[in-house]
Amino acid sequence: MVNAIETVGLKKDFGTTHALAGVDLTIRKGMVYGLLGPNGAGKTTTVRILATLLRPTGGMASVLGHDVVRDAAVVRQKVSLTGQYASLDEDLTAHENLVLVGRLLGMAWKAARARAEALLEAFGLSEASGRQVRTFSGGMRRRVDIATTLVAIPEVLFLDEPTTGLDPRSRNQVWELVRRIAAEGTTVLLTTQYLEEADRLAERMAVIDHGRVIAEGTSRELKASIGSNMLHVRIVNAEHRPRAIALVERVLGKSVLPAQEPVELTARVESPTQAAAVLTALGQDGVDVAHFSVGDPSLDEVFLALTGKPAEESAKEATP
Amino acid sequence: MSDDALPSGNRTHELLAMRERPRPASALSSTVTLAWRALLKIKHVPFQLFDVTVTPIMFTLLFTYIFGGALAGSPREYIQYLLPGIVVQTIVFITVYTGVGLNTDIQKGLYDRFRSLPMWQPSPLIGALVGDLIRYSVATLLILVIGLLLGFRPGGGALGVIAAVGLVLAFAFALSWLWIIIGMLVRTPESVMTTSFVFLMPLTFASDIFVGLPTMPGWLQTVVGHNPVTFLATASRKLMHGEPAGADVIRVLVTSAVMVAIAAPIAMRLYRKER
Repeated sequence: MVNAIETVGLKKDFGTTHALAGVDLTIRKGMVYGLLGPNGAGKTTTVRILATLLRPTGGMASVLGHDVVRDAAVVRQKVSLTGQYASLDEDLTAHENLVLVGRLLGMAWKAARARAEALLEAFGLSEASGRQVRTFSGGMRRRVDIATTLVAIPEVLFLDEPTTGLDPRSRNQVWELVRRIAAEGTTVLLTTQYLEEADRLAERMAVIDHGRVIAEGTSRELKASIGSNMLHVRIVNAEHRPRAIALVERVLGKSVLPAQEPVELTARVESPTQAAAVLTALGQDGVDVAHFSVGDPSLDEVFLALTGKPAEESAKEATP
Repeated sequence: MSDDALPSGNRTHELLAMRERPRPASALSSTVTLAWRALLKIKHVPFQLFDVTVTPIMFTLLFTYIFGGALAGSPREYIQYLLPGIVVQTIVFITVYTGVGLNTDIQKGLYDRFRSLPMWQPSPLIGALVGDLIRYSVATLLILVIGLLLGFRPGGGALGVIAAVGLVLAFAFALSWLWIIIGMLVRTPESVMTTSFVFLMPLTFASDIFVGLPTMPGWLQTVVGHNPVTFLATASRKLMHGEPAGADVIRVLVTSAVMVAIAAPIAMRLYRKER
């Protein structure tokens, strides 16, 4: 069977910047696949190449067996893309935006209008359909935007950070929508900085950093890859952190993982006994511990372990 | 409010089930659709028409009454000379909005959507230009009506006027490609405006729109005499007044054709170029 998406050694340079340094992906048909990574890691570049908006500098990329450079026109007939920013005409109404896309896809006026109405109704936007998009909230815009990509059901749907900037309720709606689209057989490739999102939606995922895939698998596999025993310590006083880190590292003989909060310490342990030793050492040295646990790593910790920095922080520092 | 709920699973199943995609739109149909979009924008943002209505009215009135007496003896005399030129000036000025609109679409990410659709790739550009022609026609009609009220009497009759307007529109279509290039090169809609005005000011003022060539110093006559806007103003003046204009018309058409031949391929290259 032909894969939905396949890339081999995909490279993309912007001037002297290597946005993609050789990305290999194999995505089977019909699955929701997550592309995870901090800003500037190469997620958007990958998606834009696959949607024929960018030309790769090197390597190969194909969608449903069609090369994205040589057969760009064929690929465009099979895919839809929702970018990071809602690609809508803000002056037009929601209905007009959908009719516009329907017409451009080759529908007759009547069919395009009927499809627009059906989609708006399905997305709970009937009442707002005659309003200019500029009056819409972020969540409503996002839904119109996604509706636009479904005017003709694509075989492969690209969603570039579909929930960035949305409130939790709108985020849930988008998630539900993605599940339903996938349930009907469309392959969905979604990029995200939210690990929770990938964890909930994606069957498999790839973690991208500095233009390379640094890990690939199911969420369970990724978690297992960095070990299951994760020690979490919350100390009372952030000033004790350097001392606490030194102690933990001495007891475990390995370094503490970078953490997002100054009162948190995370490290991999071999066994619960080792964790107990850490606790004892901290107590003897007068570092007050507020919370202590040993368990499976979260995807956040996987991310930390793989990229050396937390997802949120790297997202902030990077510029597109 | 309907802001909330997604509908039940059954209804979305109906909608989301995979079906055959329609056959891609023809070049004509996608262009017409995008021209329709340009018209919808006028409908929703009528303020867009402010520039194409108020500015020309102001110019016509101001120039006719301020300069008319001094330049031609009376406003009524002067408007016979001025009006065809004012039509030219107005249209040439508002062609800039083609570049501004394009730049806005690019910034908003709308062009990404267009480019990822299986359609004839130049249609967003051509569709926008066709939509613009309608705005130009509105502006022209308005100036003509005011001109007639102020005493403009075109000797060439309705046919002469229509021929002149057709010529102005052809030139505007050609000139717009230049602004499309600028619209794709600069970062913001505002800089499209400022960059374009660097070209527009000399183009319109160093022309024979307001006064005839013989009144200018020799060196300036050379400059103004080679300005394409002068070609256009001269040709449309002659057409509106029913004077023989064959050579002038040909000069305008050739200039327009050359502009399209040079600018359109560059614009399409830039358009296909990734960003």
